[in-house]
Amino acid sequence: MIAHLLALDPLVLTGVGLKAVLIVAIKVVVAFVVMLVAVILMIWFERKVIAGFQNRIGPNKAGPWGIMQTLADGLKLVFKEYIHPERSDRFVFLLAPYLAVVPVFVIFAIVPVGGDFTNGNNGVVTLFGEDTLLQVADPPIGILLMLAMSAIAVYGAMLAGWSSGSKYPLLGSVRASAQMVSYEAALGLSIATVLVVSGTLSTNGIVVGQDGLRNWNIIATGVVPFIVFFIAVTAEMNRPPFDLTEAEQELVGGYQTEYSSMRFAMYYLAEFLATVVMSTIIVTLFLGGPRGLFDIPVIPNAIEGTLWLLAKLLVFLFTYVWLRATLPRYRYDQLMDLGWKFLIPVAFGWMLLITALKVAQDEDWNRVVVVAVALVVAALASAVFLLALKVSARNRQLEGSSF
Amino acid sequence: MGYLQGFLVTLRQIHVLGGKRVTTQYSGGLEKGPDGKNPQDQKIPKPERLHGRHVLNRYEDGMEKCIGCELCAGVCPAQCIYVRGADNVPEEPVSPGERYGFVYEINYLRCIHCDLCVEACPTEAITETKLFEFSFINRRDAIYTKAELLVDDGGKPRQLPWEDWRDGDDRDTSGWMRATAPAGDADFEGVVAWSGELGYGVRPPEQGQS
Repeated sequence: MIAHLLALDPLVLTGVGLKAVLIVAIKVVVAFVVMLVAVILMIWFERKVIAGFQNRIGPNKAGPWGIMQTLADGLKLVFKEYIHPERSDRFVFLLAPYLAVVPVFVIFAIVPVGGDFTNGNNGVVTLFGEDTLLQVADPPIGILLMLAMSAIAVYGAMLAGWSSGSKYPLLGSVRASAQMVSYEAALGLSIATVLVVSGTLSTNGIVVGQDGLRNWNIIATGVVPFIVFFIAVTAEMNRPPFDLTEAEQELVGGYQTEYSSMRFAMYYLAEFLATVVMSTIIVTLFLGGPRGLFDIPVIPNAIEGTLWLLAKLLVFLFTYVWLRATLPRYRYDQLMDLGWKFLIPVAFGWMLLITALKVAQDEDWNRVVVVAVALVVAALASAVFLLALKVSARNRQLEGSSF
Repeated sequence: MGYLQGFLVTLRQIHVLGGKRVTTQYSGGLEKGPDGKNPQDQKIPKPERLHGRHVLNRYEDGMEKCIGCELCAGVCPAQCIYVRGADNVPEEPVSPGERYGFVYEINYLRCIHCDLCVEACPTEAITETKLFEFSFINRRDAIYTKAELLVDDGGKPRQLPWEDWRDGDDRDTSGWMRATAPAGDADFEGVVAWSGELGYGVRPPEQGQS
C-alpha cells in the first residue's frame, strides 16, 4: 500500500532492496547528467538555429561546429566574481536561483524518457534483472507535481527581483510573477482536459493510454487544449514572444539583472532546462511520449521509445527557436488579454465540452444532442462574456485613464 | 493567414532551406594544420575605407608629424584620446614645428573608430590602419601609449603581441592621406578628397599647394 502511494515504480513493489535503491540512484544521476548535457546542447542549438534565421553562421570556433561554445561560456561564468548588491536581501538573494533551478529538475523526474510501449506493453523495461520504468519516479500525483513545481519556480523569479534591491529587477519580477500566475490557470485547464480523457494522473498511465495515433491526446482532446497548453507553456517559461519579464530594451535583464557569475548561470540553466523539460512534458501529455508512429527495424523496442521522444522533442525545440526568430514581443496588456480573455475561457469551455462528451459516452446519451446543447451553452457564455468585456471597457472609459 | 506567412518568411532565411548566407564563412572551427595555423583561417580582403587601429606617422626624415595641438582629443566623440603637448627643445626637436605631442594615448575600450580624429588632424599625423583583429586581455593593454602608436623607423606600425598581423597587413596603413581641404586651394576643388589605400613610404611632392 505504502509503495503504491509513494510510488514509484514496479521496482519497489516487491520490497525495497539494496539493488532497487542503487538502480534508483543510477537513474537520478543519469537524469541529472542528461539534463545538464541537454542544456549545453540546447543553448548551442538555439544559437545556431537563430543564427540561421538571421543569415548568420553562429558559434563555430569552439569544437566541431562550435558545439563546445556553451561549455566555454559556462567556464567563463564560473570564474567571474560574485557581486552582492549593497541593498540586496542577502539570504533571499542567494536562495532565489536555487528556487528557479531545482523545480525544473524535479519536473523532469516524472517524464517517461523511454521504455517499451509497443504491443500493449506498459513501458516496463528490465534493468539489471529488475522490472522498472524509464523515468526517475512515477508518483500517483504525476502531472500535478509538474504544476506544483512550476508554481514554485515563480518564486525563483519573484524573490530574485524583490531581493535585488533595485528597480529594474523588481519591475521584471512583478511582470514575471503576474505572467506566470495568470498562465498557470490556462495551463491547468488544458491539463485537466487531458486528464479527463486519460483518466489518470500518472505520466506513465497517460502514455499507456495513448495507444495508436488516433488515441494520442492531441487528437483525442481535439487539438485546442494542445494549442492552449503550448502557448501557456511558452508564457510560463518566459520565452519569446512572452519574454517581457527580461525585456532588454525596457528592463535591462529583468529579475536577473543583479546576478553575476554562477548564480546568473543558474538562471540561464533554468531557462533553457525549462524549455527542454516542458517540451518533453508536451510530448508526454499530447503526443504519446515515447510512443512511435511505426516500428523502426533492428533497434530494440526499449531504445526505440527514447529515439521517438528525441525526435518529437527536437520538433518542439526548433519551434521555440522559430517563435523567437519570428514574433515580436507582446505588450504587457496584450499578454494579459491573451491569457485571461482568450486562453482561459477557451480552455475552460473546451474542458467542459470534452467532459460532457465523456459523460455522454459513459451514460449512453445521444451525442448529437450533447454537442448541440454544448454549442448553445458556449454561444450564451461567450455572449455574456463579451457583454461583460464591453461593459467594463465602457466603465473604464467613464472613469478615465488612471495613468 | 498573414500571421502564418510570417513564419514562412523567417523559415526561408535558413541557409539549408534556401536562405542566403550574408556573413562570410571565416574558418568554420576547423582543426589546425601541422604548421599550427589553420589553412582555412585566412583574413578576408577588407574594404578600402575600413577604420582600424590608429598609427602616429612620421615625416621621411624621422620627425614626428604630431604637433600636440589636441584637435583630435577635442573632436573625439568618445573622448578616448588623451594628448599633452610640449615645447620642442631647439637642439633636438621631435617635430618640425614649435611643439610636439609629449603624451599621446588612445583608449581602445572607448574608441568607436569614427575617424574624426583623422579628419581633424592638421598635419596628417594620426591615421588608421586596417587592423581590427586585436584582443588585449587587460585594461592596461587597452590604452595604447605613444610608443605603441608611433610608426617605426621604416614607417610601418608596431606589431604588439596581442595583435594579429599577417603578411601585407602593415602596408595598408593609409599612412598619408590628403587633407580634406588643403588651404582652400583651387586645384583640389571637385577632386575626391579622400583616397583610401595610400600605403606607406615616401610620397612624391604634392603639386598645387602653396
